[in-house]
Amino acid sequence: MRPADFVEARRKLEAKPVPVGEKLTTLSEAVRRVKDTDHIAIGGCLFSRTPLALLAEILRQQRRALTLSRNLMCYEGEWFMAAGAVEALVTSWFGIGLPWGLSRILREQIEGNKIRFEEWSHLGLGLRYRAAAMGVPFLPTITMLGSDLMSVTPTKTIQCPFTGESLCLVPALFPDVALLHVHRADRFGNCQIDGYPHMDADIARAATTVLVTAEEIVSEEEIRSHPDRTLIPGFVVDALVEVPYGAFPHECYGLYEADFTHFDAYVAEIKAKGMRAVQEYLERFVHGTKGHSEYLSLFGEEALHRQARYARELLGRS
Amino acid sequence: MSYLPSELLAVMAARQLAGVSSVFAGVGIPLLSAVLAQKTITPHLTIVVEGGSIGPQVIPGRLPISTNEMRGAYRAQMLPGITDTFLFAQRGFLEMGFVGGAQIDRYGNLNSSVVGSYKAPKVRLPGSGGANDIISLCRRVIVVTMHERRRFVPRVDFVTSPGFLEGGDARKRSGLVFGRISRVVTNLGIMGFDEKTKRMCLESLHPGVSVQEVIENTGFELMIPNEVPVNDSPDESELELLRSLDPDKKFLRTDGTTHATVSPNRNQD
Repeated sequence: MRPADFVEARRKLEAKPVPVGEKLTTLSEAVRRVKDTDHIAIGGCLFSRTPLALLAEILRQQRRALTLSRNLMCYEGEWFMAAGAVEALVTSWFGIGLPWGLSRILREQIEGNKIRFEEWSHLGLGLRYRAAAMGVPFLPTITMLGSDLMSVTPTKTIQCPFTGESLCLVPALFPDVALLHVHRADRFGNCQIDGYPHMDADIARAATTVLVTAEEIVSEEEIRSHPDRTLIPGFVVDALVEVPYGAFPHECYGLYEADFTHFDAYVAEIKAKGMRAVQEYLERFVHGTKGHSEYLSLFGEEALHRQARYARELLGRS
Repeated sequence: MSYLPSELLAVMAARQLAGVSSVFAGVGIPLLSAVLAQKTITPHLTIVVEGGSIGPQVIPGRLPISTNEMRGAYRAQMLPGITDTFLFAQRGFLEMGFVGGAQIDRYGNLNSSVVGSYKAPKVRLPGSGGANDIISLCRRVIVVTMHERRRFVPRVDFVTSPGFLEGGDARKRSGLVFGRISRVVTNLGIMGFDEKTKRMCLESLHPGVSVQEVIENTGFELMIPNEVPVNDSPDESELELLRSLDPDKKFLRTDGTTHATVSPNRNQD
């Protein structure tokens, strides 16, 4: 779909079966909705609430020629490059974080011209999802203006019809699929998120198909007793899976902190072996496991408990 | 009391926040400096972190590594989501931006995208993240970076984040009606920009640094006044506080502003 095509995006949404009733299913059944060449928007941000269980399942089901977008992209982007499953990345930043250095995998792929990379400013990409969430073709902004990002992205500069000032227009981004990991949902897919909401609510509305994993499926009553906490209503959600620790070893606010020691080991292997290290990682953690419980067992109970304790400390609870 | 170049940088950057109400800070030394300022000269400073955190405090030793993790939300006043956090800056509420950068040029333009050409880069860097937005939208911006010839280049390879573009009124003409880079704080001194040409000029030196040393570490011609004042040394209390915030030197090792040289770390060492 062309960027900004809000008419086509709305037609696609209206053409799809209306998601009513219970959404609960399994990871493998949920991910069957993802097709080759889809544009997948990834919720969370960097190593916070990354829907890793869903992403791993997409790799297990061997989808190809995907486009991935995420405001700050972490090593899940490396997984898809190593699997040869991605053609284009749309993001504002790629890496794990300062202490882990530049992504060697991204460098090799881009410097070797093996992948298309579209760089936006953080807000620029956020407003693309926001425009799509609003069902309009673009949003005006005064960010990105004057920078070279304007010339490497499909932005436009216009004169404001009211004031005459220059404005940057960012085109709406309508992903085919959104992947989200949330704290809790009821069986109808009404989702609540604690802590940082990131861009999840916009991404969910922007996408045609929305797949959600939740740490916990709660009763309808629990959602109804705190409706102000609901960020994504059930009618937006197509499939829902209960996956405790579904973002691990990334963090889930209040429940577990990111396991930085795991990142250290992951990056150390890449430093030693390059792309082969990521492929071996996928063999072990993704293809070598049938689902998320087996994946988690490779980290061990102790790691899960430790990271949960760190998270409680950061909330000021013990 | 002896100190590392990165410690000097953090202290000098923190002092820039005297009297400032709010700072939109990138992770690493910029955020560390903001926390130091909050604990010393600017107790009412509201720190804003781009992952969507307004008013966080920090547990010493557990500085956030990314902009969007639990550590960056500790005791925060609001977690509005990322887009809305930037929109506070676009509306004009945020007074100061604090950012690093891989490359900076004489007009304060920053590059964190590529070394070499964009289409066929020699080195692909991580990208803008929020740097472009912070520089475009905050009322004033201070760049916090180590002073090295390879960073201070005549013309950046790619303008990820616009300073004064080609100088003069080029920034305004591009549509960036608001905001400006007011200073560049490094481990050698403090730079400002000429009112008219918008070229970078030396404003002051840190103790023990010569003008010659600044010239040697700058890849373009800096405007240098006849008299260059010298800043006060970091005092013991500033250094002690700073070290207590980052006891394992995760960010204060040698260079906390970019990727290159900081080693891996743990949740709790």
